[in-house]
Amino acid sequence: MPQTVAPTATAPAVESLKAQAIDLNFWYGSKHALKGINLSFPENKVTALIGPSGCGKSTLLRCFNRMHDLYPGNRYQGQLLLQPSGCNIIAPTTDPVEMRMRISMVFQKPNPFPKSIFENVAFGLRLRGISKPAVLRERVEEALRFAALWDETKDRLHQSAYNLSGGQQQRLCIARALASEPEIVLFDEPTSALDPMATSRIEDLIYSLRNRVTILLVTHNMQQAARVSDYTAFMYLGELIEVNETAKMFHMPTQRLTEEYISGHFG
Amino acid sequence: MQPLLPEPSTRLSQQPVPRSVIFRERLIEAGLFFAAISSILITLGILGILLYESSDFFRNVSLGEFLTSTVWTPTFENPQFGILPLVAGTLVTTVVALLVALPVGTIVAVYLSEYAPFALREILKPMLELLSAVPTVVYGYFALLFVTPLLRQFLPGLEQFNMLSAGIIMGIMIIPYVSSLSEDAMRAVPMLLREGSYALGANRFTTAFRVVYPAALSGIGAAYILGISRAVGETMIVAIAAGGQPKFTLNPTEGAATITGYIVAVCQGDVEHGSTAYQAIFAAGLLLFVVTLLFNLAGYWLRKRFREAY
Repeated sequence: MPQTVAPTATAPAVESLKAQAIDLNFWYGSKHALKGINLSFPENKVTALIGPSGCGKSTLLRCFNRMHDLYPGNRYQGQLLLQPSGCNIIAPTTDPVEMRMRISMVFQKPNPFPKSIFENVAFGLRLRGISKPAVLRERVEEALRFAALWDETKDRLHQSAYNLSGGQQQRLCIARALASEPEIVLFDEPTSALDPMATSRIEDLIYSLRNRVTILLVTHNMQQAARVSDYTAFMYLGELIEVNETAKMFHMPTQRLTEEYISGHFG
Repeated sequence: MQPLLPEPSTRLSQQPVPRSVIFRERLIEAGLFFAAISSILITLGILGILLYESSDFFRNVSLGEFLTSTVWTPTFENPQFGILPLVAGTLVTTVVALLVALPVGTIVAVYLSEYAPFALREILKPMLELLSAVPTVVYGYFALLFVTPLLRQFLPGLEQFNMLSAGIIMGIMIIPYVSSLSEDAMRAVPMLLREGSYALGANRFTTAFRVVYPAALSGIGAAYILGISRAVGETMIVAIAAGGQPKFTLNPTEGAATITGYIVAVCQGDVEHGSTAYQAIFAAGLLLFVVTLLFNLAGYWLRKRFREAY
């Protein structure tokens, strides 16, 4: 977790970029799922990816932590640069494990491990070689506080994570993703399995994490994109149709396709 | 008067159901019920016979002597009925078998479930299951005539009939029981959990042993219990390769008899029907029944305790 950055009055004139897709293509076997994506992701902002099912938004998200490497027959082409170093995430020579150490992910359904609440959050820390109990305790508490889950769990850290409600489990997964101080957090429709109350808490949480970490949010829910994101990108059939500041995107989209989608004509 | 609502398109028939149909339904239900309850009846029947026959035995031999004496000489002039030597033989061969079957079976399951490419798994799994299709009498002679001479090159003190090679071979026979069920349990773990682990930067080994294995623990526990029950109940391998001399020892390099081994020896006919030595096999069988029942209960408890809740 980058140290808390107080909202500064003097925002940098030019936003720095955290990641950049340059002519990015992706194939599931013979299915061309991402077609020449060019897109920039500003640092410490929330970028929402929207579009109808099958448009490639989750596919794009999963390129960032090389999740596609887990399944045979997938192929990347082009560049996905992680700034400031300019390292190409999808290059065959890049170690996917290193990318996953730096870019963490929250999934569509809560997926806590069959372990205690504490061990769930400590899992990523232990993988990074942290084993001192005092350090672990401190980092776990910090992550749970960031995920707004500390007050509910501080008295039962050693109970199974499965005793938590669905919304709490998802916040636990967010704490787990934040504990290792990632540079980017990927959210893949994080509220699609949750009720409205739990959804609203997760949205507040994502909103509160802006300025601390770069966030990519895939969502089906356009109100959600409007509520929590700084930038919104609209994708359709594997192509990027339009990207803009969220407010502009929802008030005056430049493309007809975008306008039809956000006004609910299809999708 | 017109009804306010349109007639529902599907409605229950007003006609009474014909008696023949009712009778047929009852018959089918009774048949299914009988099929369901037959295994319980058979188990109860076995238990009843064991209890009935061993009650005669316990009229001649006290339960205290049966459970605490360390000498088992039912056919001697002055017979003694201490079951402990047989229990010790069963225990040692079972432990040796499990020391082979549980680790190897688990590693095989992890490999098949988490590492092996699809095509390889489809070939390896049926081949592995062949191990349990070999007749146990073949395993018994394999242990006696191949494994024991081999082991003697490293362990000169090994007796011709010994529990070590019987246990090792029994363990090999049990590997597929353990690996096959464990692999099924591990493959039933949702991909989402594996992805969660990989996404945090875990490698395959960590994902397999720290996430998938604990998530599948209830199924794997059931596989282990089945393996234990199989080892406790195995007869031919130990009867052939461990000899048949009841000896109270925990040293696996010596020979000994097991509970099942004694039962099969008596069935071969030297013992007079109705004698105390004959009745003793029912007492031994009862003990075996209780032990396997306890393991099954433990397995049931384990399944409930660690029920999958992904």
